[in-house]
Amino acid sequence: MSTSSATIDTPARPAPTPPRQLLPNGVMGMAIFIFTEVMLFAGLVSAHEIVRSQSIGEMWPPYGQPRLSLGETAINTAALLLSGFVLYLANRIFKQDKAKAVAPTLVALLLGIFFVGAQGAEWVALLGDGLTMTSSTYGAFFYTIVGTHGLHALSAILALGWAWSRLRTGKLTATEFTTVQVFWYFVVLVWPFLYLQVYL
Amino acid sequence: MSHAVTADSHGHAHDAHDHGPQGILKYIWSTDHKIIAMQYMFTGMIMALIGGFMAYVFRMQLAFPGQSVPGFGVVSPGEYNSLVTNHGSIMIFWVAMPVLIAAFGNYLIPLMTGADDMVFPRINRLSYQIFLISAILIIASLFVSGGGFGGAWTAYPPLSSMSEYSLTKLGSSMWLLAVALEFVAFLLGGINFIVTLMNARAPGMKAYDIPIVCWMIVIASILFMLSVGPLIAGAVMLLFDQMIGTGFFDPTRGGDPVLWQHLFWFFGHPEVYVVLLPAIGIVIEIIATFARKQLFGYKIILYTAIVTGILSFFVWAHHQFIAGIDPRMANVFTVTTLLISVPIAEMMFVTVATLYGGSIRFTTPMLWALAFVAEFLIGGVTGIFLGASGSDIYLHDTYFVLAHFHYTFFPIAIIGTFAGFTYWFPKMFGKMMNETLGKIHFWGTIISFNFIFIPLFFLGIGGQHRRIYNYENFPDLIAGQPLRVVATVAMLAMLAFQVVFFINLFSSLKSGKKAGNNPWKANTLEWTTTSPPPHGNWPQDEMPKVYRGPYEYSHPDRDEDYWPQNLPS
Repeated sequence: MSTSSATIDTPARPAPTPPRQLLPNGVMGMAIFIFTEVMLFAGLVSAHEIVRSQSIGEMWPPYGQPRLSLGETAINTAALLLSGFVLYLANRIFKQDKAKAVAPTLVALLLGIFFVGAQGAEWVALLGDGLTMTSSTYGAFFYTIVGTHGLHALSAILALGWAWSRLRTGKLTATEFTTVQVFWYFVVLVWPFLYLQVYL
Repeated sequence: MSHAVTADSHGHAHDAHDHGPQGILKYIWSTDHKIIAMQYMFTGMIMALIGGFMAYVFRMQLAFPGQSVPGFGVVSPGEYNSLVTNHGSIMIFWVAMPVLIAAFGNYLIPLMTGADDMVFPRINRLSYQIFLISAILIIASLFVSGGGFGGAWTAYPPLSSMSEYSLTKLGSSMWLLAVALEFVAFLLGGINFIVTLMNARAPGMKAYDIPIVCWMIVIASILFMLSVGPLIAGAVMLLFDQMIGTGFFDPTRGGDPVLWQHLFWFFGHPEVYVVLLPAIGIVIEIIATFARKQLFGYKIILYTAIVTGILSFFVWAHHQFIAGIDPRMANVFTVTTLLISVPIAEMMFVTVATLYGGSIRFTTPMLWALAFVAEFLIGGVTGIFLGASGSDIYLHDTYFVLAHFHYTFFPIAIIGTFAGFTYWFPKMFGKMMNETLGKIHFWGTIISFNFIFIPLFFLGIGGQHRRIYNYENFPDLIAGQPLRVVATVAMLAMLAFQVVFFINLFSSLKSGKKAGNNPWKANTLEWTTTSPPPHGNWPQDEMPKVYRGPYEYSHPDRDEDYWPQNLPS
């Protein structure tokens, strides 16, 4: 190539090597999915913010609607954040010794289940106080946003349960574990924003 | 027809994922990206015929109001609305998206980047299956009690949210569900495209060695991923409004109908670029091949595509200039809208610069590609008048808008698809298409297309509003009736010319000339394997390696005027 002088100068290229992988396939796929999820919640939250800013007399919650239980949900929030931290620790242990990661993963899973259960109990109480999907846009947004997150939390619990059962039998690969963790961390980390947005 | 692909794959050993069921089930449950691409392609074609039939019915009603339409009968106002709505929805979500992104993306990305399949083959299959369910659902929604949804493809509330107004309680919800399912399908497909391009390329294929069309499909997928979330949020809220009565978009209960417009168009405008970029990618591949000249400005195209993608997130409110938005906001969106025409114009100039000094071969795919540039130009230039808020206030919701977006979407979804289909047909089926029939089809389609939509520009400037069932009821507008008849007759001609395409398709499949591996003498990797490619694309010990960029045509160091990417020297 470089021998002929009056032609396009093509620099010599090194021998072909496979492309460098930034992330393993599963983790990258999940990360892209998370971007979409972030935009989904951004859409819900901005819709909530717009309707809230147009509420009559800036009264939010609207007249006759119950206030949300800030305190009880703070405990749920703490449990969820803790589950994320425990799962992070489980991952560190997993890298040293796969068998020892079974117990902390189960703890994270149970904390997640506690969160969804406690949220469910809170919904039952709120329904009793007269906050429903149709009682006001306040209620509609509350159930839509928190419910969307709840569905994500349930999916994350199913995924982590699957990972945990494979971890017990020693079949779980590092990529699979990381993929599930990415989704779990998303569910954990998006919650404080929703909590501040909807409850305060 | 795509059984040829399946049958051929039996002969080749590719034990990595060849354990599935046999026979017809093997076709239905296949995880081979080429078969999934064909499934998307032919589903898209069938949906295009359905969407085309709808256009035929309502254009006949517009030209000859109140008369019985052959093959349909007398069109009622409700049916008219439902036909217009579903024509738009089907052509965008069930024709342009599945063919341009899903079919070409699935077919081309692994073949052009030297991968044996998508990285997530089963997710890929799931993507098509969800898409098929959504297609069946949208067709079924036309036949439920009350009829199909008739609130336009933009589905503005309160017409879409309250069945007291739309009178299509079931149809509205089924339409919305079908659209949401379709998004899920493309979400799964898009993840596959991005990860495959990032992680599964052939050894030696660096970022700037990736064929432009792969970049375009992946950038389009990223745009789709980032824009679809708010619309899914809006769709869930609209569905709750329809089914539970939540009142998100009902101003009497504290909701906001314009909120839907923002959520919809935040997705809706990037969506235009989601389908445009793959079409431009296809056109650029074809023009570089048939100009026999190195592509002008590879990096310019790539960067302008990225800039277009970023800008496309800041133009959405130009659809809402008369929705009562703040005039200061209208100014901002006017500026961003005019700005976005700059990178797109750059891409058009790049195609012209590639043609300059090339030795151009006027094959059928090249004619389609050149027609894309010419026709899309008209669409782009007329868009300026709609992007500027001053003129848009007059032109909004007239036939000018309609003609404008058909001048963008028709080149994208029809011209771009025919360009790509005729170009890669030899690779897909191992046969050449008939050039004479191809050219008759091309000229017939292009000429009649212009006769449909140029009259509509004049009608629009004359103040003809969209979404009117019968212009006889409007004495001021009935004067345009001759132009409406011209448009309808031209549309009948265009539909008739599609028969030529199907004759060409089936006769070429049956008795076309054998194509060989590389009939166009092109450089990219898909032309290095057999036509049609085996399961796994290449024999396992012959996976390609890449030594140079994809557009090294007429290189002075070589005797031949092309230089395949996989040749060491």
